[in-house]
Amino acid sequence: MAYNEKVLDHYENPRNVGSLDKGDAQVGTGMVGAPACGDVMKLQIRVNEDGIIDDAKFKTFGCGSAIAASSLVTEWVKGKSIDEALTIKNKDIADELALPPVKIHCSVLAEDAIKSAVADYRSKQKGA
Amino acid sequence: MKHPIYMDYQATTPVDPRVLDAMLPWFVEKFGNPASRSHAYGWEADEAVTTARKQVASSIGADPREIVFTSGATESDNLAIWGVAQFYRDKGNHIITPTTEHKAVLDTCRHLESDGFEVTYLPVGTNGLIDLDTLEAAITPKTTLVSVMAVNNEVGVIQPIEAIGRLCRSKKVLFHCDAAQGVGKIPIDVNAMNIDLLSISAHKIYGPKGIGALYVRRQPRVRIKPFMHGGGHERGMRSGTLPTPLLVGLGEACRLAQEEMASETPRLLALRDRLRDGIMGQLTHVALNGDPVQRVAGNLNISFSYVEGESLMMAIKEVAVSSGSACTSASLEPSYVLRAMGVDEELAHTSIRFGLGRFTTAEEVEHVIGIVVGAVNKLRGMSPLWEMVQEGVDLSTLKWASH
Repeated sequence: MAYNEKVLDHYENPRNVGSLDKGDAQVGTGMVGAPACGDVMKLQIRVNEDGIIDDAKFKTFGCGSAIAASSLVTEWVKGKSIDEALTIKNKDIADELALPPVKIHCSVLAEDAIKSAVADYRSKQKGA
Repeated sequence: MKHPIYMDYQATTPVDPRVLDAMLPWFVEKFGNPASRSHAYGWEADEAVTTARKQVASSIGADPREIVFTSGATESDNLAIWGVAQFYRDKGNHIITPTTEHKAVLDTCRHLESDGFEVTYLPVGTNGLIDLDTLEAAITPKTTLVSVMAVNNEVGVIQPIEAIGRLCRSKKVLFHCDAAQGVGKIPIDVNAMNIDLLSISAHKIYGPKGIGALYVRRQPRVRIKPFMHGGGHERGMRSGTLPTPLLVGLGEACRLAQEEMASETPRLLALRDRLRDGIMGQLTHVALNGDPVQRVAGNLNISFSYVEGESLMMAIKEVAVSSGSACTSASLEPSYVLRAMGVDEELAHTSIRFGLGRFTTAEEVEHVIGIVVGAVNKLRGMSPLWEMVQEGVDLSTLKWASH
Protein backbone atom coordinates (compact mmCIF):
# COMPACT_ATOMS: atom_id res chain seq x y z
CA MET A 1 0.00 0.00 0.00
CA ALA A 2 1.22 3.49 -0.73
CA TYR A 3 1.89 5.62 2.29
CA ASN A 4 1.01 9.19 2.90
CA GLU A 5 4.02 11.52 2.77
CA LYS A 6 3.63 12.58 6.40
CA VAL A 7 3.65 8.96 7.53
CA LEU A 8 6.79 8.32 5.49
CA ASP A 9 8.46 11.42 6.87
CA HIS A 10 7.81 10.42 10.49
CA TYR A 11 8.73 6.82 9.75
CA GLU A 12 12.02 7.68 8.08
CA ASN A 13 12.93 10.53 10.44
CA PRO A 14 11.18 9.62 13.66
CA ARG A 15 11.11 12.44 16.23
CA ASN A 16 12.03 11.80 19.84
CA VAL A 17 12.93 8.13 19.73
CA GLY A 18 14.36 6.98 23.02
CA SER A 19 13.66 6.55 26.70
CA LEU A 20 13.39 8.72 29.79
CA ASP A 21 14.18 7.48 33.30
CA LYS A 22 11.03 5.63 34.24
CA GLY A 23 12.01 5.84 37.93
CA ASP A 24 11.88 9.67 37.83
CA ALA A 25 8.78 11.01 39.63
CA GLN A 26 8.40 13.68 36.94
CA VAL A 27 8.24 11.06 34.20
CA GLY A 28 5.02 9.31 33.17
CA THR A 29 5.34 6.10 31.16
CA GLY A 30 2.54 4.66 29.07
CA MET A 31 2.77 1.27 27.40
CA VAL A 32 -0.18 0.20 25.27
CA GLY A 33 -0.96 -2.45 22.69
CA ALA A 34 0.16 -6.07 22.56
CA PRO A 35 2.85 -7.90 20.62
CA ALA A 36 0.29 -10.41 19.36
CA CYS A 37 -1.69 -7.59 17.77
CA GLY A 38 1.42 -6.39 15.98
CA ASP A 39 1.85 -3.12 17.82
CA VAL A 40 3.14 -1.93 21.17
CA MET A 41 3.71 1.76 21.91
CA LYS A 42 5.73 3.13 24.78
CA LEU A 43 5.27 6.85 25.33
CA GLN A 44 7.08 8.75 28.07
CA ILE A 45 6.45 12.33 29.13
CA ARG A 46 8.41 14.50 31.55
CA VAL A 47 6.38 17.15 33.33
CA ASN A 48 8.16 20.19 34.74
CA GLU A 49 7.32 22.13 37.89
CA ASP A 50 4.89 24.36 35.99
CA GLY A 51 2.89 21.29 34.95
CA ILE A 52 4.08 21.53 31.36
CA ILE A 53 5.33 18.54 29.38
CA ASP A 54 8.88 19.60 28.54
CA ASP A 55 10.09 16.34 27.03
CA ALA A 56 8.57 13.29 25.40
CA LYS A 57 10.11 10.10 24.04
CA PHE A 58 8.72 7.02 22.36
CA LYS A 59 9.62 3.53 21.33
CA THR A 60 7.20 1.62 19.14
CA PHE A 61 6.95 -1.91 17.82
CA GLY A 62 4.49 -1.73 14.99
CA CYS A 63 3.74 -0.83 11.42
CA GLY A 64 4.82 2.38 9.75
CA SER A 65 1.60 4.13 10.72
CA ALA A 66 2.02 3.14 14.38
CA ILE A 67 5.56 4.52 14.41
CA ALA A 68 4.44 7.71 12.66
CA ALA A 69 1.50 8.18 15.06
CA SER A 70 3.75 7.85 18.10
CA SER A 71 6.38 10.15 16.63
CA LEU A 72 3.71 12.75 15.87
CA VAL A 73 2.26 12.53 19.37
CA THR A 74 5.64 13.21 21.01
CA GLU A 75 5.82 16.42 18.97
CA TRP A 76 2.30 17.45 19.83
CA VAL A 77 2.43 16.88 23.60
CA LYS A 78 5.64 18.82 24.10
CA GLY A 79 4.93 22.29 25.53
CA LYS A 80 1.39 21.33 26.50
CA SER A 81 -0.01 20.98 30.01
CA ILE A 82 -1.15 17.47 30.82
CA ASP A 83 -4.80 18.54 30.57
CA GLU A 84 -4.14 20.00 27.13
CA ALA A 85 -2.32 16.84 26.10
CA LEU A 86 -5.40 14.82 27.02
CA THR A 87 -7.44 16.79 24.50
CA ILE A 88 -5.49 15.18 21.63
CA LYS A 89 -7.91 12.74 20.04
CA ASN A 90 -7.31 9.81 17.72
CA LYS A 91 -9.21 11.61 14.99
CA ASP A 92 -6.72 14.53 15.09
CA ILE A 93 -3.86 12.06 14.66
CA ALA A 94 -5.61 10.09 11.92
CA ASP A 95 -6.48 13.30 10.05
CA GLU A 96 -2.97 14.73 10.32
CA LEU A 97 -1.42 11.51 8.95
CA ALA A 98 -4.31 10.82 6.54
CA LEU A 99 -4.53 7.27 7.88
CA PRO A 100 -6.71 4.86 5.88
CA PRO A 101 -9.52 3.06 7.78
CA VAL A 102 -7.43 -0.09 8.27
CA LYS A 103 -4.82 1.99 10.17
CA ILE A 104 -7.19 3.94 12.43
CA HIS A 105 -6.29 1.62 15.32
CA CYS A 106 -2.77 3.12 15.23
CA SER A 107 -4.19 6.54 16.06
CA VAL A 108 -6.42 5.04 18.76
CA LEU A 109 -3.36 3.42 20.27
CA ALA A 110 -1.46 6.72 20.22
CA GLU A 111 -4.30 8.47 22.06
CA ASP A 112 -4.34 5.62 24.59
CA ALA A 113 -0.58 5.99 25.03
CA ILE A 114 -1.02 9.65 26.04
CA LYS A 115 -3.76 8.73 28.55
CA SER A 116 -1.65 5.91 29.92
CA ALA A 117 1.46 8.09 30.32
CA VAL A 118 -0.57 10.82 32.06
CA ALA A 119 -2.23 8.28 34.37
CA ASP A 120 1.20 6.92 35.32
CA TYR A 121 2.51 10.42 36.02
CA ARG A 122 -0.55 11.28 38.11
CA SER A 123 -0.35 8.09 40.16
CA LYS A 124 3.32 8.84 40.86
CA GLN A 125 2.46 12.36 41.99
CA LYS A 126 -0.29 11.08 44.26
CA GLY A 127 2.07 8.55 45.79
CA ALA A 128 4.81 11.16 46.32
CA MET B 1 21.18 -3.45 -10.14
CA LYS B 2 17.50 -2.79 -10.66
CA HIS B 3 15.64 -1.11 -7.82
CA PRO B 4 13.79 -2.28 -5.90
CA ILE B 5 15.66 -5.60 -5.92
CA TYR B 6 13.12 -8.30 -6.74
CA MET B 7 13.08 -11.07 -4.13
CA ASP B 8 9.49 -12.21 -4.43
CA TYR B 9 9.88 -15.05 -6.93
CA GLN B 10 7.24 -17.14 -5.14
CA ALA B 11 4.65 -14.46 -5.87
CA THR B 12 5.46 -14.36 -9.55
CA THR B 13 8.38 -14.34 -11.96
CA PRO B 14 9.19 -12.22 -14.99
CA VAL B 15 8.70 -13.89 -18.36
CA ASP B 16 12.07 -15.22 -19.53
CA PRO B 17 13.05 -13.37 -22.74
CA ARG B 18 13.52 -16.74 -24.44
CA VAL B 19 9.95 -17.63 -23.51
CA LEU B 20 8.69 -14.32 -24.86
CA ASP B 21 10.56 -14.85 -28.13
CA ALA B 22 8.86 -18.20 -28.56
CA MET B 23 5.44 -16.66 -27.86
CA LEU B 24 5.58 -13.58 -30.09
CA PRO B 25 4.89 -15.13 -33.52
CA TRP B 26 1.66 -16.63 -32.19
CA PHE B 27 -0.03 -13.29 -31.55
CA VAL B 28 -0.05 -11.60 -34.96
CA GLU B 29 1.26 -13.75 -37.83
CA LYS B 30 0.21 -17.17 -36.62
CA PHE B 31 -3.05 -16.29 -34.96
CA GLY B 32 -5.13 -19.31 -36.00
CA ASN B 33 -7.49 -21.18 -33.74
CA PRO B 34 -5.93 -24.55 -32.99
CA ALA B 35 -9.41 -26.06 -33.17
CA SER B 36 -9.80 -24.97 -36.82
CA ARG B 37 -9.37 -28.19 -38.74
CA SER B 38 -10.11 -26.79 -42.19
CA HIS B 39 -7.14 -24.55 -43.01
CA ALA B 40 -3.43 -23.96 -42.51
CA TYR B 41 -3.91 -21.25 -39.85
CA GLY B 42 -5.55 -23.80 -37.60
CA TRP B 43 -3.09 -26.55 -38.46
CA GLU B 44 0.00 -24.58 -37.54
CA ALA B 45 -1.58 -23.45 -34.26
CA ASP B 46 -2.54 -27.03 -33.50
CA GLU B 47 1.06 -28.10 -34.09
CA ALA B 48 2.26 -25.47 -31.63
CA VAL B 49 -0.26 -26.70 -29.08
CA THR B 50 0.91 -30.28 -29.60
CA THR B 51 4.52 -29.24 -28.99
CA ALA B 52 3.58 -27.28 -25.87
CA ARG B 53 1.57 -30.19 -24.54
CA LYS B 54 4.58 -32.49 -25.00
CA GLN B 55 6.88 -30.01 -23.26
CA VAL B 56 4.56 -29.68 -20.28
CA ALA B 57 4.02 -33.44 -20.08
CA SER B 58 7.70 -34.30 -20.26
CA SER B 59 8.54 -31.91 -17.41
CA ILE B 60 6.51 -34.13 -15.05
CA GLY B 61 7.01 -37.50 -16.74
CA ALA B 62 3.47 -37.61 -18.10
CA ASP B 63 1.87 -38.48 -21.42
CA PRO B 64 0.80 -35.43 -23.48
CA ARG B 65 -2.77 -36.75 -23.53
CA GLU B 66 -2.87 -36.33 -19.76
CA ILE B 67 -2.43 -32.53 -19.89
CA VAL B 68 -5.48 -30.25 -19.64
CA PHE B 69 -4.72 -26.58 -20.20
CA THR B 70 -6.33 -24.14 -17.77
CA SER B 71 -6.06 -20.46 -16.85
CA GLY B 72 -3.60 -21.19 -14.04
CA ALA B 73 -2.99 -23.21 -10.91
CA THR B 74 -6.04 -21.79 -9.13
CA GLU B 75 -8.31 -23.13 -11.86
CA SER B 76 -6.38 -26.41 -11.93
CA ASP B 77 -6.85 -26.82 -8.16
CA ASN B 78 -10.56 -26.05 -8.46
CA LEU B 79 -11.00 -28.43 -11.39
CA ALA B 80 -9.08 -31.25 -9.71
CA ILE B 81 -10.71 -31.05 -6.30
CA TRP B 82 -14.23 -30.03 -7.19
CA GLY B 83 -14.15 -32.19 -10.32
CA VAL B 84 -13.04 -35.35 -8.53
CA ALA B 85 -15.32 -34.72 -5.54
CA GLN B 86 -18.36 -34.35 -7.78
CA PHE B 87 -17.54 -37.19 -10.16
CA TYR B 88 -16.92 -39.71 -7.38
CA ARG B 89 -19.71 -38.42 -5.18
CA ASP B 90 -21.49 -41.79 -5.12
CA LYS B 91 -18.30 -43.47 -3.94
CA GLY B 92 -17.53 -41.16 -1.05
CA ASN B 93 -17.72 -37.62 0.21
CA HIS B 94 -14.50 -37.22 2.17
CA ILE B 95 -11.44 -35.14 1.22
CA ILE B 96 -8.17 -34.71 3.12
CA THR B 97 -5.85 -31.71 2.81
CA PRO B 98 -3.29 -30.00 5.07
CA THR B 99 -4.09 -26.69 6.75
CA THR B 100 -1.13 -25.04 5.03
CA GLU B 101 -2.35 -25.49 1.46
CA HIS B 102 -2.82 -22.59 -0.91
CA LYS B 103 -6.18 -20.79 -0.66
CA ALA B 104 -7.12 -22.18 -4.06
CA VAL B 105 -7.23 -25.61 -2.43
CA LEU B 106 -8.58 -24.61 0.98
CA ASP B 107 -11.32 -22.39 -0.34
CA THR B 108 -12.42 -25.04 -2.84
CA CYS B 109 -12.65 -27.49 0.06
CA ARG B 110 -14.64 -25.00 2.13
CA HIS B 111 -17.00 -24.58 -0.79
CA LEU B 112 -17.44 -28.36 -1.02
CA GLU B 113 -18.18 -28.54 2.71
CA SER B 114 -21.18 -26.30 2.14
CA ASP B 115 -22.26 -28.78 -0.54
CA GLY B 116 -22.37 -31.77 1.81
CA PHE B 117 -18.76 -32.95 1.59
CA GLU B 118 -16.58 -33.64 4.59
CA VAL B 119 -13.05 -32.32 4.73
CA THR B 120 -10.29 -33.29 7.15
CA TYR B 121 -7.71 -30.54 7.51
CA LEU B 122 -4.43 -32.19 8.43
CA PRO B 123 -2.13 -30.46 10.91
CA VAL B 124 1.52 -29.91 10.07
CA GLY B 125 4.58 -30.12 12.31
CA THR B 126 6.63 -27.12 13.37
CA ASN B 127 8.77 -27.78 10.29
CA GLY B 128 5.70 -27.35 8.06
CA LEU B 129 5.57 -31.00 6.95
CA ILE B 130 2.65 -33.38 7.32
CA ASP B 131 2.96 -36.64 9.19
CA LEU B 132 2.26 -39.76 7.12
CA ASP B 133 0.77 -41.72 10.02
CA THR B 134 -1.66 -38.87 10.68
CA LEU B 135 -2.60 -38.87 7.01
CA GLU B 136 -3.07 -42.64 6.97
CA ALA B 137 -5.22 -42.48 10.09
CA ALA B 138 -7.41 -39.82 8.48
CA ILE B 139 -8.23 -41.93 5.43
CA THR B 140 -11.67 -43.58 5.68
CA PRO B 141 -13.67 -45.78 3.27
CA LYS B 142 -15.47 -42.55 2.29
CA THR B 143 -12.25 -40.75 1.30
CA THR B 144 -12.02 -40.08 -2.43
CA LEU B 145 -9.23 -37.52 -2.59
CA VAL B 146 -6.08 -36.41 -0.80
CA SER B 147 -4.70 -33.03 -1.91
CA VAL B 148 -1.18 -32.08 -0.78
CA MET B 149 1.01 -29.41 -2.31
CA ALA B 150 4.53 -30.21 -3.51
CA VAL B 151 6.17 -27.00 -2.27
CA ASN B 152 4.63 -24.50 0.12
CA ASN B 153 4.40 -21.01 -1.32
CA GLU B 154 5.19 -19.23 1.95
CA VAL B 155 7.83 -21.31 3.68
CA GLY B 156 9.10 -23.36 0.74
CA VAL B 157 8.96 -26.75 2.46
CA ILE B 158 8.76 -29.82 0.24
CA GLN B 159 6.11 -32.32 1.33
CA PRO B 160 6.96 -36.05 1.13
CA ILE B 161 5.10 -36.41 -2.16
CA GLU B 162 6.43 -39.81 -3.13
CA ALA B 163 5.45 -41.37 0.21
CA ILE B 164 2.03 -39.70 0.12
CA GLY B 165 1.47 -41.03 -3.41
CA ARG B 166 2.43 -44.55 -2.36
CA LEU B 167 0.08 -44.41 0.62
CA CYS B 168 -2.84 -43.07 -1.43
CA ARG B 169 -2.36 -45.69 -4.14
CA SER B 170 -2.30 -48.49 -1.56
CA LYS B 171 -5.54 -47.12 -0.05
CA LYS B 172 -7.13 -46.64 -3.50
CA VAL B 173 -7.59 -42.93 -2.85
CA LEU B 174 -6.86 -40.36 -5.56
CA PHE B 175 -3.94 -38.01 -4.96
CA HIS B 176 -3.93 -34.43 -6.20
CA CYS B 177 -0.75 -32.39 -5.90
CA ASP B 178 -0.67 -28.61 -6.24
CA ALA B 179 2.78 -28.28 -7.77
CA ALA B 180 2.58 -24.59 -8.74
CA GLN B 181 5.75 -23.94 -6.71
CA GLY B 182 7.35 -27.29 -7.48
CA VAL B 183 7.31 -27.90 -11.23
CA GLY B 184 10.60 -26.93 -12.81
CA LYS B 185 12.21 -26.50 -9.38
CA ILE B 186 12.26 -29.99 -7.93
CA PRO B 187 12.22 -33.28 -9.86
CA ILE B 188 8.63 -34.45 -10.31
CA ASP B 189 7.58 -37.71 -11.92
CA VAL B 190 3.86 -38.40 -11.77
CA ASN B 191 4.36 -42.15 -12.26
CA ALA B 192 7.20 -42.68 -9.81
CA MET B 193 5.30 -40.54 -7.29
CA ASN B 194 1.86 -42.07 -7.92
CA ILE B 195 0.30 -38.67 -8.52
CA ASP B 196 -3.18 -38.78 -10.08
CA LEU B 197 -3.77 -35.07 -10.63
CA LEU B 198 -1.24 -32.23 -10.57
CA SER B 199 -1.61 -28.46 -10.90
CA ILE B 200 0.88 -26.40 -12.89
CA SER B 201 1.26 -22.63 -13.21
CA ALA B 202 3.27 -20.84 -15.92
CA HIS B 203 3.99 -17.56 -14.19
CA LYS B 204 5.89 -19.20 -11.33
CA ILE B 205 8.40 -20.60 -13.81
CA TYR B 206 9.15 -17.58 -16.01
CA GLY B 207 6.14 -18.11 -18.26
CA PRO B 208 3.17 -15.80 -18.83
CA LYS B 209 0.37 -15.14 -16.34
CA GLY B 210 -3.06 -16.52 -17.15
CA ILE B 211 -2.06 -20.03 -18.20
CA GLY B 212 -1.56 -23.28 -16.37
CA ALA B 213 -2.34 -26.94 -16.68
CA LEU B 214 -3.86 -29.85 -14.84
CA TYR B 215 -2.36 -33.28 -15.22
CA VAL B 216 -5.11 -35.94 -15.15
CA ARG B 217 -3.95 -39.57 -15.06
CA ARG B 218 -5.16 -41.90 -17.82
CA GLN B 219 -4.02 -45.24 -16.42
CA PRO B 220 -5.66 -46.10 -14.14
CA ARG B 221 -8.09 -43.56 -15.48
CA VAL B 222 -9.06 -40.59 -13.32
CA ARG B 223 -12.36 -38.88 -14.10
CA ILE B 224 -13.38 -35.34 -13.26
CA LYS B 225 -16.61 -33.45 -13.68
CA PRO B 226 -15.97 -30.30 -15.73
CA PHE B 227 -17.29 -26.89 -14.76
CA MET B 228 -16.35 -25.03 -17.93
CA HIS B 229 -18.90 -26.10 -20.53
CA GLY B 230 -18.75 -25.36 -24.23
CA GLY B 231 -17.06 -26.77 -27.29
CA GLY B 232 -15.66 -29.82 -25.53
CA HIS B 233 -11.99 -28.78 -25.75
CA GLU B 234 -9.38 -30.66 -23.74
CA ARG B 235 -11.30 -33.93 -24.11
CA GLY B 236 -14.36 -32.39 -22.57
CA MET B 237 -12.65 -31.50 -19.31
CA ARG B 238 -12.16 -27.79 -20.00
CA SER B 239 -13.94 -26.02 -22.83
CA GLY B 240 -12.65 -22.78 -24.28
CA THR B 241 -10.43 -21.83 -27.22
CA LEU B 242 -6.82 -22.61 -26.43
CA PRO B 243 -4.70 -19.45 -26.16
CA THR B 244 -1.86 -20.52 -28.45
CA PRO B 245 0.72 -17.84 -27.46
CA LEU B 246 0.22 -18.57 -23.77
CA LEU B 247 0.48 -22.31 -24.30
CA VAL B 248 3.67 -21.87 -26.29
CA GLY B 249 4.97 -19.78 -23.38
CA LEU B 250 4.03 -22.40 -20.79
CA GLY B 251 5.60 -25.17 -22.87
CA GLU B 252 8.84 -23.27 -23.41
CA ALA B 253 8.95 -22.27 -19.72
CA CYS B 254 8.58 -25.92 -18.70
CA ARG B 255 11.27 -27.00 -21.15
CA LEU B 256 13.78 -24.38 -19.95
CA ALA B 257 13.10 -25.02 -16.27
CA GLN B 258 13.54 -28.74 -16.78
CA GLU B 259 16.73 -28.36 -18.83
CA GLU B 260 18.33 -25.89 -16.44
CA MET B 261 17.22 -27.40 -13.12
CA ALA B 262 20.46 -29.31 -12.59
CA SER B 263 22.58 -26.17 -12.90
CA GLU B 264 20.09 -23.66 -11.47
CA THR B 265 19.33 -25.50 -8.23
CA PRO B 266 22.89 -25.46 -6.84
CA ARG B 267 23.32 -21.83 -7.93
CA LEU B 268 20.15 -20.81 -6.09
CA LEU B 269 21.07 -22.89 -3.05
CA ALA B 270 24.41 -21.13 -2.79
CA LEU B 271 22.74 -17.71 -3.03
CA ARG B 272 20.00 -18.69 -0.57
CA ASP B 273 22.51 -20.04 1.96
CA ARG B 274 24.65 -16.92 1.61
CA LEU B 275 21.59 -14.75 2.26
CA ARG B 276 20.64 -16.86 5.28
CA ASP B 277 24.15 -16.85 6.73
CA GLY B 278 24.65 -13.16 6.00
CA ILE B 279 21.50 -12.21 7.86
CA MET B 280 21.51 -14.79 10.64
CA GLY B 281 25.22 -14.41 11.26
CA GLN B 282 24.86 -10.71 12.03
CA LEU B 283 21.61 -10.65 13.98
CA THR B 284 20.40 -12.44 17.08
CA HIS B 285 16.79 -13.45 17.73
CA VAL B 286 16.09 -14.45 14.15
CA ALA B 287 14.50 -17.77 13.22
CA LEU B 288 14.20 -19.72 10.01
CA ASN B 289 10.62 -20.79 9.31
CA GLY B 290 10.07 -24.19 7.77
CA ASP B 291 12.22 -27.27 7.56
CA PRO B 292 15.88 -26.28 7.00
CA VAL B 293 16.59 -29.20 4.66
CA GLN B 294 13.32 -30.24 3.03
CA ARG B 295 12.83 -26.94 1.25
CA VAL B 296 13.02 -25.52 -2.24
CA ALA B 297 16.24 -23.73 -3.20
CA GLY B 298 14.75 -20.29 -3.85
CA ASN B 299 12.92 -19.75 -0.56
CA LEU B 300 14.09 -18.21 2.69
CA ASN B 301 11.45 -17.34 5.30
CA ILE B 302 12.78 -15.65 8.41
CA SER B 303 11.17 -14.20 11.52
CA PHE B 304 12.83 -11.20 13.13
CA SER B 305 11.81 -10.95 16.78
CA TYR B 306 10.86 -7.56 18.22
CA VAL B 307 10.40 -5.78 14.92
CA GLU B 308 7.09 -5.68 13.11
CA GLY B 309 6.91 -7.14 9.61
CA GLU B 310 5.28 -4.27 7.83
CA SER B 311 7.57 -1.61 9.26
CA LEU B 312 10.48 -3.86 8.34
CA MET B 313 9.15 -4.02 4.80
CA MET B 314 9.00 -0.22 4.75
CA ALA B 315 12.56 -0.07 6.04
CA ILE B 316 13.73 -2.42 3.31
CA LYS B 317 11.62 -0.92 0.58
CA GLU B 318 14.56 -1.21 -1.81
CA VAL B 319 13.87 -4.94 -1.67
CA ALA B 320 10.60 -6.35 -3.02
CA VAL B 321 9.59 -9.12 -0.61
CA SER B 322 6.46 -10.49 1.08
CA SER B 323 5.66 -10.51 4.78
CA GLY B 324 3.62 -12.81 6.98
CA SER B 325 2.43 -9.73 8.78
CA ALA B 326 -1.26 -9.05 9.15
CA CYS B 327 -0.73 -5.49 8.05
CA THR B 328 0.10 -6.59 4.52
CA SER B 329 -3.16 -8.42 4.03
CA ALA B 330 -6.78 -7.38 4.18
CA SER B 331 -7.61 -10.04 6.75
CA LEU B 332 -5.69 -8.49 9.68
CA GLU B 333 -4.61 -12.02 10.62
CA PRO B 334 -0.97 -13.03 10.44
CA SER B 335 0.00 -15.81 8.04
CA TYR B 336 -2.20 -18.89 8.53
CA VAL B 337 0.66 -21.05 7.29
CA LEU B 338 3.07 -19.88 10.01
CA ARG B 339 0.29 -20.10 12.61
CA ALA B 340 -0.45 -23.70 11.55
CA MET B 341 3.24 -24.48 12.08
CA GLY B 342 2.91 -23.26 15.65
CA VAL B 343 4.84 -20.03 15.08
CA ASP B 344 3.80 -17.48 17.71
CA GLU B 345 1.50 -14.78 16.48
CA GLU B 346 4.18 -12.24 17.41
CA LEU B 347 6.79 -13.99 15.32
CA ALA B 348 4.36 -14.50 12.46
CA HIS B 349 3.97 -10.72 12.38
CA THR B 350 7.71 -10.32 11.92
CA SER B 351 8.34 -12.83 9.17
CA ILE B 352 9.72 -11.98 5.77
CA ARG B 353 9.73 -14.27 2.74
CA PHE B 354 12.76 -13.82 0.52
CA GLY B 355 12.17 -15.47 -2.85
CA LEU B 356 15.20 -15.95 -5.06
CA GLY B 357 15.05 -16.88 -8.71
CA ARG B 358 16.62 -17.14 -12.13
CA PHE B 359 17.66 -13.51 -12.32
CA THR B 360 18.89 -13.10 -8.74
CA THR B 361 22.60 -12.24 -8.59
CA ALA B 362 25.26 -12.60 -5.90
CA GLU B 363 25.63 -8.81 -5.92
CA GLU B 364 21.93 -8.42 -5.14
CA VAL B 365 22.17 -10.91 -2.28
CA GLU B 366 25.08 -9.01 -0.70
CA HIS B 367 23.17 -5.75 -1.05
CA VAL B 368 20.04 -7.21 0.54
CA ILE B 369 22.01 -8.60 3.49
CA GLY B 370 23.30 -5.09 4.25
CA ILE B 371 19.87 -3.48 3.91
CA VAL B 372 18.11 -6.07 6.09
CA VAL B 373 20.68 -6.08 8.88
CA GLY B 374 20.72 -2.27 8.98
CA ALA B 375 16.93 -2.03 9.02
CA VAL B 376 16.46 -4.62 11.76
CA ASN B 377 19.06 -2.92 13.94
CA LYS B 378 17.42 0.47 13.40
CA LEU B 379 13.92 -0.82 14.19
CA ARG B 380 15.09 -2.74 17.23
CA GLY B 381 16.64 0.50 18.44
CA MET B 382 13.16 1.95 18.52
CA SER B 383 11.31 -1.16 19.70
CA PRO B 384 10.06 -1.17 23.32
CA LEU B 385 10.03 -4.96 23.20
CA TRP B 386 13.70 -5.13 22.24
CA GLU B 387 14.48 -2.67 25.04
CA MET B 388 12.73 -4.87 27.60
CA VAL B 389 14.48 -7.99 26.34
CA GLN B 390 17.83 -6.20 26.67
CA GLU B 391 16.83 -5.33 30.26
CA GLY B 392 16.20 -9.01 30.89
CA VAL B 393 12.39 -8.88 30.97
CA ASP B 394 10.69 -12.09 29.94
CA LEU B 395 7.96 -10.81 27.62
CA SER B 396 5.90 -13.97 27.98
CA THR B 397 5.32 -13.15 31.66
CA LEU B 398 3.77 -9.77 30.85
CA LYS B 399 0.03 -9.22 30.60
CA TRP B 400 -0.94 -7.22 27.55
CA ALA B 401 -4.17 -5.35 27.11
CA SER B 402 -5.62 -6.56 23.85
CA HIS B 403 -7.21 -4.07 21.53
